[in-house]
Amino acid sequence: MTVSEIIKKHGNERENLLAILHQIQAGNDDNSLHKDQLQQLAEIMDIPVADIVSTASFYTMFSLKPRGKHIIRLCESPPCYIMGEENILTALENCLKIKLGETTADKMFTLETTSCLGACGVAPVMMIDDTVYGELTEEKTVAVIKSIVDKE
Amino acid sequence: MEKPRITVMVPIDANTVPSGAREVKNALSVAIGRANLSNEIKVIETGSFGPTGVGALVAIQPDGVVYCNMTVDKAQEIVEEHLLKGRVCARYMLPGRQVILPTADNVDARTLQHTGRIVLDNCGRIDPENIEEYIANDGYEALGKALTAMSPGEVITEITESELKGRGGAGFPTGQKWSFCAPVVADQKYVICNADEGEPGTFKDRLILEGDPHKIIEGMALCGYAIGATIGYVYVRGEYALSIERLEKAIAAAESHGLLGKNIFNSGFDFEIKIKIGAGAYICGEETALIESMEGKRGCPRLKPPFPAQKGFKGKPTNVNNVETLANIPAIIRNGAAWFKNFGTSSTAGTKVYTILGHINHPGLIEVPAGVTLREIIEDYGGGMKGKFHFAQLGGTAGDILGEEMMDVPMDYDLMEKVGHVLGSGAILIVNESININDFLHSCMRFFSHESCGNCNPCRNGMHAALDITKRLKSGVAYPDDINALEEVVMILHSSAFCPLGQSPAGPVTSALRYFREEIERGVNRELNKHDMPRSNRKMEAINV
Ligand SMILES: Cc1cc2nc3c(=O)[nH]c(=O)nc-3n(C[C@H](O)[C@H](O)[C@H](O)COP(=O)(O)O)c2cc1C
Ligand code: SF4
Ligand code: FES
Repeated sequence: MTVSEIIKKHGNERENLLAILHQIQAGNDDNSLHKDQLQQLAEIMDIPVADIVSTASFYTMFSLKPRGKHIIRLCESPPCYIMGEENILTALENCLKIKLGETTADKMFTLETTSCLGACGVAPVMMIDDTVYGELTEEKTVAVIKSIVDKE
Repeated sequence: MEKPRITVMVPIDANTVPSGAREVKNALSVAIGRANLSNEIKVIETGSFGPTGVGALVAIQPDGVVYCNMTVDKAQEIVEEHLLKGRVCARYMLPGRQVILPTADNVDARTLQHTGRIVLDNCGRIDPENIEEYIANDGYEALGKALTAMSPGEVITEITESELKGRGGAGFPTGQKWSFCAPVVADQKYVICNADEGEPGTFKDRLILEGDPHKIIEGMALCGYAIGATIGYVYVRGEYALSIERLEKAIAAAESHGLLGKNIFNSGFDFEIKIKIGAGAYICGEETALIESMEGKRGCPRLKPPFPAQKGFKGKPTNVNNVETLANIPAIIRNGAAWFKNFGTSSTAGTKVYTILGHINHPGLIEVPAGVTLREIIEDYGGGMKGKFHFAQLGGTAGDILGEEMMDVPMDYDLMEKVGHVLGSGAILIVNESININDFLHSCMRFFSHESCGNCNPCRNGMHAALDITKRLKSGVAYPDDINALEEVVMILHSSAFCPLGQSPAGPVTSALRYFREEIERGVNRELNKHDMPRSNRKMEAINV
């Protein structure tokens, strides 16, 4: 869908901005919001582009920088931390050969940390795109990444 | 169709889905179909049973058997052995804890003595996607009663008399909150259900929404009737896909049954519910930040007053309540305030839903009378410690850290306050001696500095200063003055930050110092000279002026 179609679907009012941004980003392969799209959005909705950028950058689910096809979000809040989050982070960094915040050279994965995902019942937890993976061990983490790579 | 002889219940919720619960449920259905038993044995999807950390669960009713750590293979075996041959597979049974199991006909929802559950009475017992099951368990009876036999004022009085306190963390009396909003005259008012749930360790609201979404709809409609609002919003975290999906289905079902929409129960009362999806910001759980976010803006808190009851969403009178608070409303209206006060302590009526997690044997979701002690939670509900007890943190990352001394204090809103602690959101994190207190504090500060909305100076700078200090304490390279500096920063934050988020670090930091000062001091390197303190600490000077 184009930006104007998405706006039409949700409605032109400011209160729909987050829903619109969610849908625009979901339609982009690089999991981010593009400058030209925000520009268009600003014109149609009659909101200053700086205001839109400031709103989008406020929320962790939106990115203004291109990211990989799959977003790995490892929870770093205390309940996951005490269950071994740091080891999982190291396992992910080693397995993907990138550091936290980076994207793999093949643009497949971006590695991020996040605050509590509300899945602490199965801590430590990561979310890859819309799927939650819990009770992570180093081996399980590597296996999850492998299975996604294999599917690609 | 014949009434099924056996019901196989499979919880599909935030904790079981990552362990393959959906695949297990499919495997069960396929195997039962293959055995030609689909008429006699019904497989239903429910919300959470409560226990976590035990993989995918399956319960067989009326046998009352619960299996844990289910896989597709084990599920097939259960069909072969248990369902076909009647032999219980003891080796897969959930060890050592009671799941209150639950079909429509073995629980008398009216007395509840049986289970002691108010909020979670349906959770894990009914199919959340089937409105008929909710209705069969007294669902929408309260709404019918209120709309046909009670005035809005009487609804508020009932809630006030029940002494229900908000379960979103602050513990503000719900009836009183409603009575602020009700008399305000406006062309439109709103009810908001706060399902942003970002407090680390808290996942109760999610499981309530996943397990019994109609209860929230009914609670919101009752609130709408009481305060004179015709539109309700549920603000849900973007990550809670299953909550959103089940809510959408529940809203559609309620609409088609005439329980939402125009002229509900022929009373002339109209009420509709819409969903707003968040985008990942803890501060958006704060009610005025939530309203900003609903308006499509950055989620920064507003100055109060005016309170949302006067000027809320789009400048109109708005009442914001937590999911669990709203989930208590139907039962109170149905059974009366006096009934509700049978549960809990003299200062906190009702029950409290906790998520218990960390180094205990049986983590999970529990609903207990207000006033149980930490020791009871660990021993009776949590199945005992894994390792030796070190400390507990109550109410999420913004909550206080408690040492062993506090194990026997009854936990309700007032009593905790008396001993200088807050009950908070309902997360109880139990930590054993494998975790160093300095590492833990660093992890808390990492959370706060990430979630500071950046709107006010003390919080924006103070969080980083405190994070730097905890980082040094963690690595054992803190300056001799660092602990004093840390205390000072959190106290400055406490007194000068714009909203409760910025004031929060004082909770964990001062309480940790109260019980574990010696251990924290081990992060200090006495050889270091305080004049070498890094520049980043000058930020503190900046907030001091
Ligand atoms: C930083 C911060 C985060 C909060 N997060 C939540 C939350 O996730 N859910 C919630 O219900 N209340 C949260 N609250 C409390 C709300 O501001 C508000 O008090 C609550 O929704 C009122 O509902 P209640 O009276 O039913 O408890 C938060 C408050 C603060 C300061
Ligand atoms: S205290 Fe922190 S979270 Fe609250 S308004 Fe200030 S910067 Fe934002
Ligand atoms: S703390 Fe990690 S999911 Fe809640």
